[in-house]
Amino acid sequence: MSQVSETTVDRAIDTSQMQVSDTDVAIDVIDMHKWYGDFHVLRDINLRVMRGERIVIAGPSGSGKSTLIRCINRLEEHQQGQIIVNGTELTADLKRIDEVRREVGMVFQHFNLFPHLTILENLTLAPIWVRGIPRAEAEATAMHYLERVKIPEQAAKYPGQLSGGQQQRVAIARSLCMQPKIMLFDEPTSALDPEMVKEVLDVMISLAEEGMTMICVTHEMGFARQVANRVIFMDQGQIIEQNEPEAFFSNPQHERTKLFLSQILH
Amino acid sequence: MATDTVFVRTHFEEPRPAPGRIGGVSHWLRRNLFATPGDAVLTILGILFLLWVVPPLFNYVIGHAVPPGGTVEQCRAEGAGACWAYIAARFSFFIYGFYPPAEYWRPNLVFFMLAVLITPLLIPRAPFKRLNAILFFVVFPVVSFYLLNGGVFGMPRVPTEQWGGLMVTLIISLVGIICSIPIGILLALGRQSKLPIIKTLCVMFIELWRAVPLITVLFMASIMLPLFMPSGTTIDKLLRALVGVTLFASAYLAEVVRGGLQALPRGQYEAAAALGLSYWKRTYFIILPQALRHVIPGIVNTFIALFKDTSLVSIVGIFDLLNTVQSASSDVNWISPTQTITGYLFAGMVFWIFCFGMSRYSLFMERRLDTGHKR
Repeated sequence: MSQVSETTVDRAIDTSQMQVSDTDVAIDVIDMHKWYGDFHVLRDINLRVMRGERIVIAGPSGSGKSTLIRCINRLEEHQQGQIIVNGTELTADLKRIDEVRREVGMVFQHFNLFPHLTILENLTLAPIWVRGIPRAEAEATAMHYLERVKIPEQAAKYPGQLSGGQQQRVAIARSLCMQPKIMLFDEPTSALDPEMVKEVLDVMISLAEEGMTMICVTHEMGFARQVANRVIFMDQGQIIEQNEPEAFFSNPQHERTKLFLSQILH
Repeated sequence: MATDTVFVRTHFEEPRPAPGRIGGVSHWLRRNLFATPGDAVLTILGILFLLWVVPPLFNYVIGHAVPPGGTVEQCRAEGAGACWAYIAARFSFFIYGFYPPAEYWRPNLVFFMLAVLITPLLIPRAPFKRLNAILFFVVFPVVSFYLLNGGVFGMPRVPTEQWGGLMVTLIISLVGIICSIPIGILLALGRQSKLPIIKTLCVMFIELWRAVPLITVLFMASIMLPLFMPSGTTIDKLLRALVGVTLFASAYLAEVVRGGLQALPRGQYEAAAALGLSYWKRTYFIILPQALRHVIPGIVNTFIALFKDTSLVSIVGIFDLLNTVQSASSDVNWISPTQTITGYLFAGMVFWIFCFGMSRYSLFMERRLDTGHKR
């Protein structure tokens, strides 16, 4: 299993804008199943995410948590059930897929920055060519987000010249430049040196403070406690248990959850 | 003394300049040529080999050679080296083939335009890239065709049967290289496509062309194709060879490019898709720039092979550089023991210059495009 860490950001979280909508559904996954060949990798997934929710998905490796969030922007295809994102149902229709991807940002474990482009070009490419924003405006937006992730001085460099933590912050900024309504994080800190985890978590927390709808697959239980409004535990392709973080950690119900928590929390 | 378990650094070590290179020439010699007795033996053997090979070669090519402007009698003399006088005398034949001498200004103008347009195109820092590219890829081929072919603006028509020499070699290889790049890339992308029909067509095309020798392709194009055409229609022989060479090179290029596409981490495809970029945009902005950069050596390898393979068109009666050299070797005015060898030496040198140029340029581009993301 990947390392589980308890890194916490030692500052008070500003919850004033962290409001979960009662009526506005951001993502609706209904009776969803997925197979890799004959292997039933996701089973009977039902998940409704309201606007403004911060969801952490935890679970052992191979439990399907990454696959689940990759289905939400159709990097993986599901075979049964429905996935509705911002009111658009994901089908084979490429137009709908692009429509969903425009509004859903994704941050990967291995950053996946474009190594042949400078940081600024990484940030402005999609706004210019997907949204049709003029270059000057896109660059201004990019610099704004680079300042937010505290690395504006790296704009002219190439990804290969940055540290892992810096690259991941650039990757977050790159997603934000598209002004997404939902952010997906796929183990964003798993590939980072311990010293760099905090700087990435810090950016993620400030995003949550602004009311961003987020789904994070992560082993950062400290982050789950501090920021999430819901923790989902998965095993063998299914959702085993979900609860508010406080109750999830202090009073797990399912045997598998208890076992998992007893192994990762000391 | 027992080793201390506890250590706390008391002062911070500042970086110091690296030590300079040790020793002089003798040190270098000892390290690189005479490090062990075995090395010394190999070094001495190598020097002896060079002493055996280089002086006669030098004498043949330069020392005892007959320089341009010499006479055929000098070339026939006992112990004479390469007959450069013969090359100089037939030089225009090697460059233009049977092109009418009165019209040499036309290919010359094309050569001049080629040099003027391609040089800034190959220099990354040169300005006006877009205009340059339009001129080179669109305007230049059209203008060149009308200049060489004639029949307009009062220029007499020169049929392609009279074209020849280095001119034809360059035409075939340049057209082959420039046209095979887009076709090869599309084939490589098609082979990776999820659409079964496109994929099958691309695989069939690539495998068909790769499975056939270029000579067969050229024979088919020049002998078989006319049999299948309705009577009365003729396609220019040079054009047929051009198409054959281009499609042949595209199939090879497609496989090289596919290697580059497969070497790209999946994350690059995914990150581009996750940003909402459409297939063609992510291919153009993200995938191809990286994939092509990875396979520059393979691409240039294909181009060098193509450049040399152009000499095969001689077997279907096109007078490329090698064919002009070959047919000039029966020139009775220059009969001498060294006539044929000098001709091939000249052809070899011309081929070498172009191929070596391509190879050096590819090394330069590799280094320039390296943005330090190698891990």
